This record gives sequence, structure tokens and C-alpha cells, in this order.
Amino acid sequence: MRIDLDIICSYVKNNQDVLDLGCGDGALLKLLGDKKNINGVGLENDHEKITECIEKNIAVVEHDLNKGLRQFDNNSYDVVIMTLALQAMQRPDHVLDEMLRIGKECIVTFPNFAHWRARLHLMLHGKMPVSDLLPYQWYDTPNIHFCTIKDFEDLCVEKDISIIHKDMVCETNIRSFLCKLHPNLFSETAIYHLTRN
Amino acid sequence: MDEFPKGSVGLIQPQTQHFDSPLPLANGRVLPAYHIIYETYGELNRDKSNAVLICHALSGDHHAAGFYSKDDKQPGWWDNYIGPGKAIDTNEFFVISLNNIGGCNGSTGPLTINAETGKPWGADFPTLRVRDWVETQKRLADILGIQRWAAIVGASLGGMQAMRWALEYPERVGHCVAIASALKLTAQNIAFNETARQAIMADPDFFKGNYDEHNTIPQNGLAVARMIGHITYLSGDGMGEKFGRELRSGSFSLGCDDPLEFEIESYLRYQGARFSTKFDANTYILMTRALDYFDLAREYQDNAVDAFSHATCKFLVISFTTDWRFSSERSKEIVQALLHAKKTVSYAEIESSYGHDAFLVPNKRYNDVFSSFMKNIAIDIKTNGAKTVGMKQGEH
Repeated sequence: MRIDLDIICSYVKNNQDVLDLGCGDGALLKLLGDKKNINGVGLENDHEKITECIEKNIAVVEHDLNKGLRQFDNNSYDVVIMTLALQAMQRPDHVLDEMLRIGKECIVTFPNFAHWRARLHLMLHGKMPVSDLLPYQWYDTPNIHFCTIKDFEDLCVEKDISIIHKDMVCETNIRSFLCKLHPNLFSETAIYHLTRN
Repeated sequence: MDEFPKGSVGLIQPQTQHFDSPLPLANGRVLPAYHIIYETYGELNRDKSNAVLICHALSGDHHAAGFYSKDDKQPGWWDNYIGPGKAIDTNEFFVISLNNIGGCNGSTGPLTINAETGKPWGADFPTLRVRDWVETQKRLADILGIQRWAAIVGASLGGMQAMRWALEYPERVGHCVAIASALKLTAQNIAFNETARQAIMADPDFFKGNYDEHNTIPQNGLAVARMIGHITYLSGDGMGEKFGRELRSGSFSLGCDDPLEFEIESYLRYQGARFSTKFDANTYILMTRALDYFDLAREYQDNAVDAFSHATCKFLVISFTTDWRFSSERSKEIVQALLHAKKTVSYAEIESSYGHDAFLVPNKRYNDVFSSFMKNIAIDIKTNGAKTVGMKQGEH
């Protein structure tokens, strides 16, 4: 089980209406359905993944997130989730606005670009970091808007978004101590539970 | 053929059900009695929970799968998706496909003798709306003892019937599959239908729909109507790929005055002529009008969200990229209304160059999405069936 999914699950209450933006193969919605009995639907653009969702009996709607979310009403979902996709959006700030317009709350996760290995890679090699988690070259990566934990929290302040919960994820337990010590240096993935002030 | 292809439901025999109780119609008239021709594929399970209803489109009929004889060249119209191991898996489901009233393939329609006059109904056959078909389908379900459909599946006009079912009899529909359909037709879409109808009516053999009395058939008009329809069911690109500007006969060589014919001309003429001998002109007018009149949300203050709030089933909506007669935008309107109404819906937009006709054509992704959705319904039936059996055993 992916640890980040478990953490997201802990932020969601029973029977909530959940919209998962870029829901992938539906793993998170399945978990939320099983554990929290949510009424959920995912938006996804990848054809294979859409079929995988339907195979899992997860409701999924084919949609390109970059075409916007204007069709959704204000406050029409309890929670709007986006996992590891914010950095691939054309305007992450606009997406965040939309998520908080449609959802009473939102949950976003993103890879922390200030992780020590990314920093080390850039420092030693002088090249854009390529790792298992982010295996792309600079020119073909879908991840066009990387940010760090500090960058993200600056944006939250600027937009007057309040952070209900946050959790940082690293590979092993020992680092989770380091995560708390210096999240921006040791966290691989950041998980934020947000709402509008 | 020596034996039927793998995945075929094989030899099929249609059945006819007569109804004596008068049917009040949406237009205020009453159909005193009628019959419905239908086919079934697969076996009805013990608790009658695995029935799937197929609703046909404009020119469809009850013969959706299988063959009538070993010499049949063509199987039923949706044989690509109905059969053992296919998307609508007849190993799992008991499938019913009927010819709607007003049709011309065996159910009561304009060709049927009106008992009151002793003559065919002809142009006097009542205009029908989609809800009238839903009512007749419900009566057939009652007779067959099917309290709840595991799924109702339809494309185009068939999808409209499936959606209407979901609103009229929510407790009797488990799943609704609406393929290449719409909440209502656009003005452009109605315009195509009207042009087709005018082609029929302009035929001197039409006699205001009472051609039977004159021993004529408005074949030319019906052929043109079909040609108009057919153009709109294909995509421009698909037509270009298939026919291009190829010549069937003649030549553009200088000095050559032979009659010229493009492949597309020949193809359309053939399609039109073939259709005009198989289909009834009054039925064509009636079916296109039912399409035009359909508006899912009309009696819900034109609010599709309010309309769908009455549904309790799960939905699958599918559209095709090059379908411009029932474009993806129309399907997205269905999906959005369902999402607003907090209904469970999945939606896929399938790449195909076949235009509106794509719903009939083999396509891997379409098949994957459709099959996966139907498989979960089959699993559901088995799980719930096991629960029911368990409860019954517990009661003893």
C-alpha cells in the first residue's frame, strides 16, 4: 500500500462526496470507497487507466484537466483531490483555485523538488535531476511546474488558503524523523489538506 | 456456412408477444392492441436478475445478434458486441432485443392492419414518443417476469430509451448504458431529419403516407432519405479514406464523354436503394419524429439535473470522436448532468473514424470499456444472488 494514499484516506471523512482529479488507475478512489464509503468519481485522460478504473468498478470520466473544470459548480464536492499531478498542470495556481471553488476542502500531493537528492544531483552534475520517481528528461517531462514545499506554502499564504493538515513522505522510517526536522530537504512527497479561509 | 463463428449466439428464432390491454400514448391517443416481436440470447437465471434490454436505434430491429439460418450472410446488427465472451456476454446475461412499435420488422406499426378499418394503419399510425416505447418494453418485462433489468443498453435513439427508463422506472433499472446519444437533438440534427422526411413526402408514390392503398412504395424518396441519413452517420474523414475521389466509372481524360460516377455516388445509391426495399417510409418518418420530439428534461422544467435526480442506476456513457450527428459534446452534457445530480457515471470518448456508425463497428478500446463495465454487472449479480440464496437458506 502506498503510504501517501493511507495518509490521504485519513483526511477524508465517511460518506463524503469526492472528486479525484487525475485519478489514474482508481487505486485511491477504491481505497476511499472501501474504507470510507465515499461517493467518488475520478477524472482521467489516459485511456488505459480509464479502462483500469472501470475494471475496478470505479466511476471515471474521461477529461483533460488542462481544459478546465468550469463545468463543475461551486462547493459541489466535499473534497477535491489531486495526487502528484499539480506539477503537470499548465497553471497549478489556477487549478488550486478551481479545486477550492468546487470542493469545500482539497487535498494535493506533489513531489518536493527541494529534496536533498534533487539538490545534490543539480549541484554535482549541474543537470536537471532524473530519478526513479521523476524519470523524465527536461524536454519530455510532463512535470512542467516543479515546486518545493516552501514554494507551495508561499502560494498558500498569497492565496489565503489555510492548511488543515500536512504530511511529508519519505522512503523509510528513519527519514521520517528527518522529514519533521527539515521537511523541505528530506521529504520526497508533500501531502496538503487545504481549505479556503 | 458450416458452423457459426466463435462468439456467435448461433441460430436465433424470434418470438412474438401479443398485448390486448390498450396502450395510452403520450400524444393522447390509445393503441387498442399491439404485438411485439423480440429475440432473446443467453439464459435467464433463477432469480431473473441477469436480464439485459437492448434498445434499438432509428432503423434497427429486434435482430441484434446471431443468425436466422445457416445460409445467412449477415448476423444481427449488434453481433460485434452481443454473444458468448463478448461485451454483452450471453454466458452471463439473458439479453432481450425487441422491435419497437411503429417499426416495420414484425412489431405493430404502420404496415400492420388496423382492426377498426381492416386496412393497414399507414399514415394514420399514431406518432410515438420514446416514453411510449419504454411503456411497451415495461409491459414485455412484466410478462417475462423481469422485475429489474440488470442493464438497459442503447445507442443513439436507443440510448434515449435507456435514459428514459432510468427516470420512469428507476427501481427497475440496475445500469443504464447510453452510447452516442443525447439529452435532446440539436436544431441541426432535426434539420437533417426533416430534410429526409421531405425527400420521402416529395415522392409522387408517397400519397400522403397511404401508398399501400395505391399499391405503390415511395422507394425513391426513402432512398434519398437514407442517403441523407447515411452521410450524417459517417465522418468526413472516414468517407474520404474509404472513397476519396475514386471513380466508379468514366474518365476525366480530355475528349472522353463517358458518364462519370464517383465511388461515393455509387455507394450511397446502393445503400439508399437497398434500404428502400427493406424499410417502411411511414416508419422512417415516425422514428425520426420520435428522435426530434425527445427531450429528456422537458417535464423537469428543462433541467437535466432535476431529471436525472430521479434515477437510481449506475450509468456508462460512451461517445466517438468523429461522430458529428451525436457528438461527444452531447454525451458530455449527459455526463455533466449526471455528475451534478450526484449519480454514478463513467464516460469514455472513443477514437474512431466511423462517425456515428462507430457504435456498430469493432473497436478495441470501445470493447474494453464496454466489456469491463458489463463484467462488473455480472459479478454484482453473482454476489447478490449468492446473498439471496444464503438468506433463503438461513430462513429454513
